[in-house]
Amino acid sequence: MFETLSDRLTSVFSSLRGKGRLSEEDISATAREIRLALLEADVALPVVREFIAQIKERARGEEVSKALNPAQQVIKIVNEELVQILGGETREVRFAKNPPTVIMLAGLQGAGKTTLAGKLANWLAGQRNTPLLVAADLQRPNAVTQLQVVGQRAEVPVFAPQPGNGVGDPIEVARESIEHARRNNHNVVVIDTAGRLGVDTEMMQQAADIRDAVEPDEILFVVDAMIGQDAVNTAQAFLDGVGYDAVALTKLDGDARGGAALSIRHITGRPIMFASTGEKLEDFDLFHPDRMASRILDMGDVLTLIEQA
Amino acid sequence: ARSQSVFGQGLLGLLSRDTLDDDAWDEIEDTLITADVGVTSATQIVQSLRTKVKVLGTRSPEEARTLLREELLAQINPDLERGVRTEPHGDRPAVLMIVGVNGTGKTTTSGKLARVLVGDGRSVVLGAADTFRAAAADQLETWGGRVGAPVVRKDEGADPASVAFDAVSRGIEDGVDAVIIDTAGRLHTKTGLMDELGKVKRVVEKKSQVDEVLLVLDATTGQNGLRQARVFAEVVNITGIVLTKLDGTAKGGIIIQVQRELGVPVKLVGLGEGPDDLAPFDPEAFVDAILGEG
Ligand SMILES: Nc1nc2c(ncn2[C@@H]2O[C@H](COP(=O)(O)OP(=O)(O)OP(=O)(O)O)[C@@H](O)[C@H]2O)c(=O)[nH]1
Ligand SMILES: Nc1nc2c(ncn2[C@@H]2O[C@H](COP(=O)(O)OP(=O)(O)OP(=O)(O)O)[C@@H](O)[C@H]2O)c(=O)[nH]1
Ligand SMILES: [Mg+2]
Ligand SMILES: [Mg+2]
Repeated sequence: MFETLSDRLTSVFSSLRGKGRLSEEDISATAREIRLALLEADVALPVVREFIAQIKERARGEEVSKALNPAQQVIKIVNEELVQILGGETREVRFAKNPPTVIMLAGLQGAGKTTLAGKLANWLAGQRNTPLLVAADLQRPNAVTQLQVVGQRAEVPVFAPQPGNGVGDPIEVARESIEHARRNNHNVVVIDTAGRLGVDTEMMQQAADIRDAVEPDEILFVVDAMIGQDAVNTAQAFLDGVGYDAVALTKLDGDARGGAALSIRHITGRPIMFASTGEKLEDFDLFHPDRMASRILDMGDVLTLIEQA
Repeated sequence: ARSQSVFGQGLLGLLSRDTLDDDAWDEIEDTLITADVGVTSATQIVQSLRTKVKVLGTRSPEEARTLLREELLAQINPDLERGVRTEPHGDRPAVLMIVGVNGTGKTTTSGKLARVLVGDGRSVVLGAADTFRAAAADQLETWGGRVGAPVVRKDEGADPASVAFDAVSRGIEDGVDAVIIDTAGRLHTKTGLMDELGKVKRVVEKKSQVDEVLLVLDATTGQNGLRQARVFAEVVNITGIVLTKLDGTAKGGIIIQVQRELGVPVKLVGLGEGPDDLAPFDPEAFVDAILGEG
């Protein structure tokens, strides 16, 4: 059994070593293997299609026909293209000229928003900021309590004037939080919002209203790395419904390939800024496109070998 | 079901074409892939359907339509027993454990299940064996309050097995009909946490048999769902699957592979965040949603 894409491509090409130009059949066979690998990694179908077209074109070119080992050359191209899509320009958090900087989180139910709010606040505090967490999920049972516990763990104050569990207006809370932050010298505000579905127009409108009330400097779309083909629908629905500037990918500590990263980046053009890698406060990192590329294709160390070849 | 997909919309239209050419078959395969059925399964389903269409000499769109629907239904295996065992035995309550990776809807499902049983005139105890996540026990307690079921809980960080044991003990003492144990979300790759889950079950079994171990799978999950199910099945021998968040645009096609490989049936579906948004799994509705006929 060939486990990884590199193994499979190497087998496709095994008869070819040193023969020069790839035939159209070789290229089709290659494209099929790459398509399979990407789909198994949950990359969205429309994105796979475009990606494959791109790879085919480069595979027909000189760089492959001249390579000593066409298989490795193709893998290298695939990796380059992946990193390019995933990466783009690296983005730092945009801080407001007039504090507080407002960061709003949005995403599906259970994606990891509240956990990420704590991590983000912890990370910001570690960089000499004075963040304030804002409990604007008044929907989910005990979302407010959860954020308070998270805030305690991160030693970051939590603005929670409403009890939640269906009581209170999240738009009002978000609005008041800015004034509260100004009065208490918090230079960053991190707003946790309720989970919502892309098709829930009422809840999506609520997110847009929160946005309009606080005019965030950054809206982060929080998405679970285990998400499948629905990533495109959801990413687009949140883009249309509330809009976002960047993406935070969660639960990367599991074994999901995380093809959604590629899909969302490709479809929305929004960069992936943060990676969440566990349930604890410190399980948090800036996003590394190169690591993600080899993760999606399950390439492991092969790339290092190719680079050295 | 309520979910609709732009891809699904066109599927049966494709089968209405005069001839089923390669493009039409590819598009059928794409539709299945887009529902998270998985590329290998999708290819197999299409292959098998192509063969049938050829053998039967199917011409009319209606026949092809029926064949595809039948094929998908066969994949789901409508004959599987999907009842949830909630009947007490003798002086022992039924014991149900709710397990799964983080954020899939375990606590919500525990609450909804309790609601169904209480609504049916039965008494329920909820066990808050998630002692790890921030405010997890509070969340379950809110659910308990909503649906009228007492919650057995301990302090944050307490041993989840001991909470589960106490919940079952309390259920037996009080002579209730069912005990539902909510457990912490854990990724199947974390061996320490999976061992802990195995221990929760073994400790409960010292007191009573466990009637159901329900794995909660989020319908938005892609191919990783199969890996989750494999490991949970190995560690705690799951007896059923709850497919949550089917009220969104995701189809949950991964359960086709899960059911086929593990033989564990999907028993319930989650259709929202409210107490009444839990329903028995309906294979026909599930298939129709994939076909865009929901
Ligand atoms: N393993 C792992 N678990 C995570 C990660 N991020 C969040 N979680 C867990 O995922 C579950 C859901 O996280 P929450 O932060 O409550 O998600 P949410 O988006 O706020 O959920 P709602 O408010 O209900 O929409 C919890 O069990 C978290 O501990 C991560 O990076 N890795
Ligand atoms: N739309 C929708 N949301 C759901 C459904 N089931 C659960 N949720 C939501 O998903 C989020 C996570 O649900 P929980 O019940 O907390 O999930 P959990 O598996 O207990 O999470 P952890 O204990 O943190 O692992 C909450 O916001 C729920 O309201 C469902 O069927 N549909
Ligand atoms: Mg939350
Ligand atoms: Mg829970």
